[in-house]
Amino acid sequence: MVPRKTTLPKKGLALNPGGSGPAKAHTKKPTPWKNYLAKFGFYAGIVGIWELVCLLHIWPPHILPSPVSVAQTLYTGFEDKSLLIGIGVSMQRLVIGYSISVVLGVTIGLFLGRIKYLEHSLGSAVLGIQTLPSICWVPVATLWFGSGQVAIAFVVVIGSLFVIIISTQDGVKHIPPLLVKNARLLGIEGWRLYWEVILPGALPAIVTGMKLGWSFAWRSLMGAELLFATLGLGHLLNQGRVANDTSLLFAVMVVIVIIGLLVDHLIFATVERSIKRRWGLLVEEH
Amino acid sequence: MIDKSPLVEMDKGPSPVGVARRVAPTLSRPIKLRLAGVSKAFRSANGTTTLALQDINFEVREGEFVCILGPSGCGKTTLLNIIAGLDRAGCGDVLCNGRRVKGPGMDRIVMFQESVLFPWLTARKNIEIGLKSRGLSREARRVRAMDFLRLVHLTKFADAHPHELSGGMRQRVALARSLAMDPEILLMDEPFTALDAQTRWILHYELQNIWEKTGKTVVFVTHNIREAVCLADRVIVLSSRPGRIKREYKIDLPRPRDDGSVEVAALSREIMEILRDEIEKVMKEELDEGSCKECDVKCVGVTPDGRPSKTVGAG
Ligand SMILES: Nc1ncnc2c1ncn2[C@@H]1O[C@H](COP(=O)(O)OP(=O)(O)O)[C@@H](O)[C@H]1O
Ligand SMILES: [Mg+2]
Repeated sequence: MVPRKTTLPKKGLALNPGGSGPAKAHTKKPTPWKNYLAKFGFYAGIVGIWELVCLLHIWPPHILPSPVSVAQTLYTGFEDKSLLIGIGVSMQRLVIGYSISVVLGVTIGLFLGRIKYLEHSLGSAVLGIQTLPSICWVPVATLWFGSGQVAIAFVVVIGSLFVIIISTQDGVKHIPPLLVKNARLLGIEGWRLYWEVILPGALPAIVTGMKLGWSFAWRSLMGAELLFATLGLGHLLNQGRVANDTSLLFAVMVVIVIIGLLVDHLIFATVERSIKRRWGLLVEEH
Repeated sequence: MIDKSPLVEMDKGPSPVGVARRVAPTLSRPIKLRLAGVSKAFRSANGTTTLALQDINFEVREGEFVCILGPSGCGKTTLLNIIAGLDRAGCGDVLCNGRRVKGPGMDRIVMFQESVLFPWLTARKNIEIGLKSRGLSREARRVRAMDFLRLVHLTKFADAHPHELSGGMRQRVALARSLAMDPEILLMDEPFTALDAQTRWILHYELQNIWEKTGKTVVFVTHNIREAVCLADRVIVLSSRPGRIKREYKIDLPRPRDDGSVEVAALSREIMEILRDEIEKVMKEELDEGSCKECDVKCVGVTPDGRPSKTVGAG
């Protein structure tokens, strides 16, 4: 080993399997708990600085409320159930609109991916409409459906539908053609082809679309509630604005962020990972 | 009818078909597949047409193992797709069991070069999904899928997903699935080409065993001469593009054959002589399409019939 290294210094080192040792150590990922600790430290630091800035009285409390007062507002909000009701109402609206959107979006996307004519006609329309921010649909929605639940559901559906359609269509287009050919040879046709081959084949892309769709739906809902709805988190924001209650605004915003993170990380990330693993799309990390 | 036939034969050890093969001449058995004057041309985007297959005629009798051998690009996959009904012949007829082939059907199952298992299903479910088309009950599907996994020695991996299996295991599952469908003809498109030599060697053995047990009619396409000699009753040699039948060989070696054995090697060499000038043609064509400018001039005269000379100018 040693003499070879001295005779063939460069090549010998490069070929030496021992040489890959340090490289391996380098690519090794930090352990999760270290990650969490680092994250926690970061956020604790931010809150600390925020509190410090407030203690310095640079801005009055109705401009920048302190973390402590936001926490108090959160506490009373949960105690008198006003925040809980807001969350409940918003979530209910979201679930209704989002469910409609998923069913419609996946169905339309599956057909768009399979039928050339639809892709060229409806597909291009989808791409065009999709560029319109969902909040722009609010005036139309109120004219068509009044300012009730239907209008809100409409805005939520419109806000999240297109990204689900596009992801589903994309997933269908990327199913290997040989897989579909083979399905036909195995006598899988018609509805069975859609249900047992196309849908599962596109599922990883569909889940990604659903994840994006969820966050789009959430944003559209907040926009709609802010503009015309009663109850709900968006409505609470509006109340805070009217009452000049900045700490209520911050409290509601914190709730909105936390709900967003929870659903994204707990539900969608988990589902996405388990599907990708099962589909063999995820390279296992050791 | 479907759920029994090959399984019963399997359990009896050497199948009646396998035995009969030695005794009765192949010619006395009914014709399963007949190709008459099959040609196929592809039109490319820039308007030139490529003749892939020209006037292919052959017959395959029941229980026969026929290998179609030819250099790559000679139209083997095209031919198999036409037989499977996935592609349409430009002219000529394909008759399966005397009926004209109009589209894909469960009487002709193809096993492709790369694994086309459904990645979201386990090995067993991959087999079951085809059996569902055959109208088997849930329980019958399960039993039959396990039987065929046993045939390819993979019962331990019944609940593994394709990405958890090696390339050779995946092709075994694909083979089990194809056989479980109980097709009239099993079409195989270079199913072992992507595998390493050892795995291929083992699978050659297994395929021969399985074929003797089930007595299936097989059309096996390959560019590998030894593979063809090792597996086939009859080898049909195709010329380079456009694919035409160049010669036919009957292989009478006893089974199971070893693709490293002397007899297989000797026969392979004989076929190699025939195939050599075809392979040379392909190589010249490939040079033609490459960037080698001086070669172009020299190759023009040698370029085989099918190629229009204008590609030379374009390159
Ligand atoms: N869909 C297609 N469109 C145009 N040309 C094709 C198509 N499929 C195959 N070809 C051409 O036909 C010839 C035969 O192809 P193929 O059957 O795949 O050969 P092999 O399987 O023997 O390697 C090749 O020259 C290929 O370029
Ligand atoms: Mg091929």
